[in-house]
Amino acid sequence: MKITVGKGSCGIAAGAGEIFSLLEQKAPAGCPVVVTGCIGMCYLEPIVNIETDDKNITFVKVNAEAADEILKYINGEENKASQYIIEREDLDNLNSQQRIALQNCGIIDPENIGEYIAREGYKAAEKCIKELTPEQVIDEIKISGLSGRGGAGFSTAFKWNAARSSKGDKKYVICNADEGDPGAFMDRAVIEGDPHAVIEGMLIAAYAIGADEGIVYVRAEYPLAIIRLELALKQAREKNLLGENIFGCDFCFDIRIKAGAGAFVCGEETALIASLEGERGMPRLKPPFPAEKGFWKKPSNINNVETYSNVPWIIRNGGAAFASMGTENSKGTKVFALTGKIAKGGLVEIPMGKTIYDVVYGVGGGIKDGKKFKAVQMGGPSGGCIPAELIDTMIDYKTLVAAGAMMGSGGMVVMDETTCMVDMARFFLDFTVKESCGKCIHCRIGNQRMLEILDRICDGNGREDDIELLSDLALQIKDGSLCALGQTAPNPVLTTLRYFLNEYEDHIKNKKCTAHQCKALLTYFIDNDKCTGCTLCAKKCPNKAISGEVKKAHSIDMEKCIKCGKCADACRFKAVVVD
Amino acid sequence: MERNFTCTCPAEQTDQMQIYKFSDPAIDITLLEPYLIKYAGTEGSLITVLQKAQDIYGYLPVDLLAYISRRTGIKPAKVMGVVTFYTQFRTKPVGKNLILLCQGTACHVNGSSDIEAAIRDYLKIEEGEISENGLFTYNNVACLGCCSLSPVMMIGDKTYGKLTKDSAVKILKEIAQQEQKEAVE
Ligand SMILES: Cc1cc2nc3c(=O)[nH]c(=O)nc-3n(C[C@H](O)[C@H](O)[C@H](O)COP(=O)(O)O)c2cc1C
Ligand code: FES
Repeated sequence: MKITVGKGSCGIAAGAGEIFSLLEQKAPAGCPVVVTGCIGMCYLEPIVNIETDDKNITFVKVNAEAADEILKYINGEENKASQYIIEREDLDNLNSQQRIALQNCGIIDPENIGEYIAREGYKAAEKCIKELTPEQVIDEIKISGLSGRGGAGFSTAFKWNAARSSKGDKKYVICNADEGDPGAFMDRAVIEGDPHAVIEGMLIAAYAIGADEGIVYVRAEYPLAIIRLELALKQAREKNLLGENIFGCDFCFDIRIKAGAGAFVCGEETALIASLEGERGMPRLKPPFPAEKGFWKKPSNINNVETYSNVPWIIRNGGAAFASMGTENSKGTKVFALTGKIAKGGLVEIPMGKTIYDVVYGVGGGIKDGKKFKAVQMGGPSGGCIPAELIDTMIDYKTLVAAGAMMGSGGMVVMDETTCMVDMARFFLDFTVKESCGKCIHCRIGNQRMLEILDRICDGNGREDDIELLSDLALQIKDGSLCALGQTAPNPVLTTLRYFLNEYEDHIKNKKCTAHQCKALLTYFIDNDKCTGCTLCAKKCPNKAISGEVKKAHSIDMEKCIKCGKCADACRFKAVVVD
Repeated sequence: MERNFTCTCPAEQTDQMQIYKFSDPAIDITLLEPYLIKYAGTEGSLITVLQKAQDIYGYLPVDLLAYISRRTGIKPAKVMGVVTFYTQFRTKPVGKNLILLCQGTACHVNGSSDIEAAIRDYLKIEEGEISENGLFTYNNVACLGCCSLSPVMMIGDKTYGKLTKDSAVKILKEIAQQEQKEAVE
């Protein structure tokens, strides 16, 4: 018997660390307690799995009491563990997915290379290095149709070929684990849950392009990913899967980690290179592309974490198997991070070509608290929203762009009727303004101007011609910016204008925020029928805006009200109404 | 930001490391020495050296930056340029517990601005400031990668998810109590 506890960052945040210690202390002899990464069902964390010779049982939302019951179950005592067993529906959701990038996540112990090897790990690298020529490797990737999972969706084989063809005595393979899109966490999950898949993918890329040095650029906010990756690199070196004469062949390659220092723009490949060189992370003009002149001006291949983690599978199963999934222009599977107002948030991996409906209402279980679906943001701050009426949009690089959004790294932030779309546009602009490196004027000043306009609209000071001004600025910024950060920054504004113009008009003309998010546009008043005169709201009000006698209905002085919402929070009778 | 910090560079005064005095007496420069030696001459290692320094001292005061500039031969303006570019680096000290409050998309949608308001109210500080008891500083960050548990904050190496205004304040209260208890013992 074996107990496995899901200890990805999300599991740990849900309390898996304590559960792990508890089980480790009390588990009977001969029953090891081991760690695994994130299986993707974050809404069910902490998750504990028990494996016996003939059975596999998953327990979810395991707290201390549940852990006790599970221990009783293991010891064959009377127990109530069954109430924590995963629901059929959730299990079906998991099994309905097609897992390639996540194939080992939440299954193997990421801290034990033996478990990766036992699941055909490093077989693909061995095959490439021992049996295939670099050209054959690139051909296989070409057949698979694999395209970059980091955002732009560029053909991976094309990039590898370019780096291979570039002349140079020294080449680099770089893994982009900067994962800057707020709301996306698949790269973190892959590194934490299956670090060797990334290492093996990089190893194959290195062989294909002729590199001997690899670097993984991990964002600083992912301490656990760095620890697990460091351990994995150490174990790979011990087995000579990294280092000199790998697989006894004349091929050398090693990888080091570089921790980022917090800058979204460093996810852009040329900025990432600048950062690796110890500089401010400012994007550089392309061409030359990194494949020609990259890190220290040497040919470099940069791919995303998920891109690399698909590679071993493709080599093992053949490019054609990968290409058989997906659509005409988007092959294989893609991992999505489903968050926001979703009932069952987490990671899902599905073949390209499914619809947004499949994700949100299938695996995602619909909207939280039975509210109404409004839109989903895809592609993060560079992407756009897809409104409810387009829920049947197919997930594929081209269709998403046509709808005004983009695949991006696969973040899907779901929004419901309580999300204000103008506020969302403002939120993204605020983000890009903060993250703009300041190199080019359109991005630095243009986005600032757009943010100011959005700020005033949300503050109730919007002007009639603001919508026109926003659209005009947006197009100019798209044209005039140097890197994709600036070029895509106006997208959230453009898509919200396209699909939710009515909300902008409500804010500007009627001074109303129907989603009740823009504080300046709200009015608070007390429902006389419901107010019991308990005086609690008056006590809580920081600005003494509420008056009234004990046991009589209170009232709010609109002049004094600062719209902090404390009265509404305090009221036990739901007598404070917000409009 | 002080501008003429080259003049205050302690390394101007002498070349013997032991006598360097920094405006913050808590800075023991010998702790950084091994890294300055390890990375001396490695091109492109400035960010790594700065990260080590911040790990050790908690922040990067200007005279320390001047010293690093001196030792690495990298121009002060460039060191400062890098420090101000990356959000991870700070030139001011922080409270004993640094709260990283996520303001990423998922957390925003799930009400992280209310959490910020609650924390600000409770600690009576603005972002980046130190609370009166010296225990807390909060910084807004964009995504801690635990989006499915949003809203999220991280204190030290512990992540707290599914925050509400009340639970966030409760967590801070508990940490403060714990700190008090330890101080007494
Ligand atoms: C502003 C900006 C941020 C980006 N952030 C990331 C990121 O966090 N992770 C990533 O893999 N790619 C990111 N990219 C895309 C990279 O520039 C690059 O296309 C990608 O790493 C290439 O890998 P792929 O071909 O495997 O997708 C970003 C691009 C831009 C313009
Ligand atoms: S958006 Fe807050 S953790 Fe990702």
